[in-house]
Amino acid sequence: MIEPFIHLTAIAAPFPEGQIDTDVIFPARFLLLLEKRGLGRHLFHERRAKGGFVLDTPPWDGARILVTGPDFGTGSSREQAVWALADFGIRCVIGTSFGEIFHANCFRSCVLPIVLPPDAHARVMAAAEARQQITVDLPEQRIVLVDGEIGFHIEAHRKRSLLEGLDEVGAILRDDAADIAAFEAAQRAARPWLYLTAQQIAHFDDIKEGSE
Amino acid sequence: MTDLLPPARTLFDKIWDAHVVKTYADGTDLLYIDRHLVQEVSSPQAFAGMAAAGRALHRPDAHIAVADHAVPTKDRHVTLREGLAAAQVARLRENTAIHAIPYIPMNDRRHGIVHVIGPELGFTLPGCTLVCGDSHTSTHGAFGALAFGIGASECECVFSTQVLRQKRQRNMRVTVTGALPDGVSVKDIILSLIARIGVGGGIGFAIEYAGPAIRALSMEARMTLCNMTIEAGARVGLIAPDATTLDWVRGRPLSPLPGDEPAALRDWALLHSDPGAVFDREVEIDAATLAPHVSWGTTPEESLPVTGRVPDPAQVDDPARQARMRRSLDYMGLAPGTPLEEIAIDRVFIGSCTNGRLEDLRRAATILRGRHVANGVSAMAVPGSAQVRIAAEAEGLDRIFTDAGFEWRDAGCSMCVGMNDDRLSEGERCASTSNRNFEGRQGIGGRTHLMSPEMAAAAAIAGRLCDVRGLQ
Repeated sequence: MIEPFIHLTAIAAPFPEGQIDTDVIFPARFLLLLEKRGLGRHLFHERRAKGGFVLDTPPWDGARILVTGPDFGTGSSREQAVWALADFGIRCVIGTSFGEIFHANCFRSCVLPIVLPPDAHARVMAAAEARQQITVDLPEQRIVLVDGEIGFHIEAHRKRSLLEGLDEVGAILRDDAADIAAFEAAQRAARPWLYLTAQQIAHFDDIKEGSE
Repeated sequence: MTDLLPPARTLFDKIWDAHVVKTYADGTDLLYIDRHLVQEVSSPQAFAGMAAAGRALHRPDAHIAVADHAVPTKDRHVTLREGLAAAQVARLRENTAIHAIPYIPMNDRRHGIVHVIGPELGFTLPGCTLVCGDSHTSTHGAFGALAFGIGASECECVFSTQVLRQKRQRNMRVTVTGALPDGVSVKDIILSLIARIGVGGGIGFAIEYAGPAIRALSMEARMTLCNMTIEAGARVGLIAPDATTLDWVRGRPLSPLPGDEPAALRDWALLHSDPGAVFDREVEIDAATLAPHVSWGTTPEESLPVTGRVPDPAQVDDPARQARMRRSLDYMGLAPGTPLEEIAIDRVFIGSCTNGRLEDLRRAATILRGRHVANGVSAMAVPGSAQVRIAAEAEGLDRIFTDAGFEWRDAGCSMCVGMNDDRLSEGERCASTSNRNFEGRQGIGGRTHLMSPEMAAAAAIAGRLCDVRGLQ
């Protein structure tokens, strides 16, 4: 079960570079791994191999928050980018904008992505650079800095799923199965071509075993 | 009177509305997913999650599986070698067998990159919702489908429920007028758009492409355009279906059966943005003003007309942007002010879900016919699918490529993603028809310049970045 996100007090690592794509976060050659766990050792692999990367520099090697530049996590949909961050110990990313798929993936691993306007973001970045402890308070939707507080927005259902470590698939199957069945019955009647028939699927019947 | 009329809606909103199972109190929607393409990289953890929770597959007929990222593109008569890639492909085969999902093996005539074979099979249809654990799923929007890339956890959700809880995107329209000049292609439309609005410019939007220049595009070109929409940050790109779309869809193995076709055609005729539909953002591009583009940096946004020079960070005011440019130039090993046409290349890659279709190969072949790649340049052409390869060979394109000194490979993602053996070495510079010039994308330390197939062919011949208009 995923660990819920409620409060987090930690050092935040400053990583202000813009347009850090998910290939940089988690290079493609490690996508051959079949597991979710243990991916933290490949996080930012090439950057870290060069030495001196912020997440390998004390005290930020113990950071649990990453303060990013604009457009962090754009590019590939690879959820490994989030799994690697979570495995490394990062539970919260704070930036001015995130790649949309990356942003959605974060919630599935109870990593909280926070989007801030530039001014507020600059204050958090300054606190990260000053090696100050930062508290992220999800119930109150605020970031507590040494010199003040910053509020942030989060959609209600995202907030709830983080607070409770909710299993969204389980919730849909429990609460929405009847609605899904009703939708399918209506759509099948109105747009039958969206449901492949046995005759159509038979197109694949001649595929031979072992042809690779 | 006017308040009795239904509100004018965008194409995106029409397809979205038709797939809302329910709307939650917070405004998010439970969206029904008609079709799911499954590949080897994003599915193992999704299948494992489903197994761990003891859940069943909701609808086996809504999925088709193929391994495209990890497969080799040569020597396939030899079995896939032992190792991680073989294990990943085997895992997909096992998982799809357990769940009775059609699985297309590597040496089958229907094999290829997911975003090439979906449309080939007629699995991709106008008005459907289609997802895949791959960001370039936006490709399928070329058919007037609502298609977007998802993460592995969302794949698991689709396997188990056939729905996704989503927040609706806002609407952006990119209107392209004018005619593309000779030597300029749809790749230049999308690179110039990304250069203009940025890699984050489309975040939160669904982009509809409209206008006479879009109507004039082939299906292949429309797929290139929608494919790279994700590089502008938008998860969804789409184009209203028209006669060009219907010509493609008709008669495909999985397109509507004859008995259903009249109803499908009536339904699809409604798939367009209504006059008066409101877009949250509008962008206009005059195709006639475009020149062939190449990327110079490490995001697709860092692209310029090939007639230009490597930009100078010193001439940029914003310090963050200046730092970003410096990092790109450092990685790319380029000096400010260098004419782009003086940048020498080592490798050429023609292929990918962006530019690995028959028309792309034809356009490159037009430039390559009777010419040869420059000394010291290694070039490869990788068809996007077995069907593309077969069709290309039937018209002799393979001979044009090999006579010009290209390698002619089997289908797969290949050097677009560098997960198989097709990779750049440290410091190698590549003219590539793929979609991403990210650091390390084509191999550790590899340097990618994005461009159209005809521009990549021209670069192969010249041994440097080169304006194809001078070669025609």
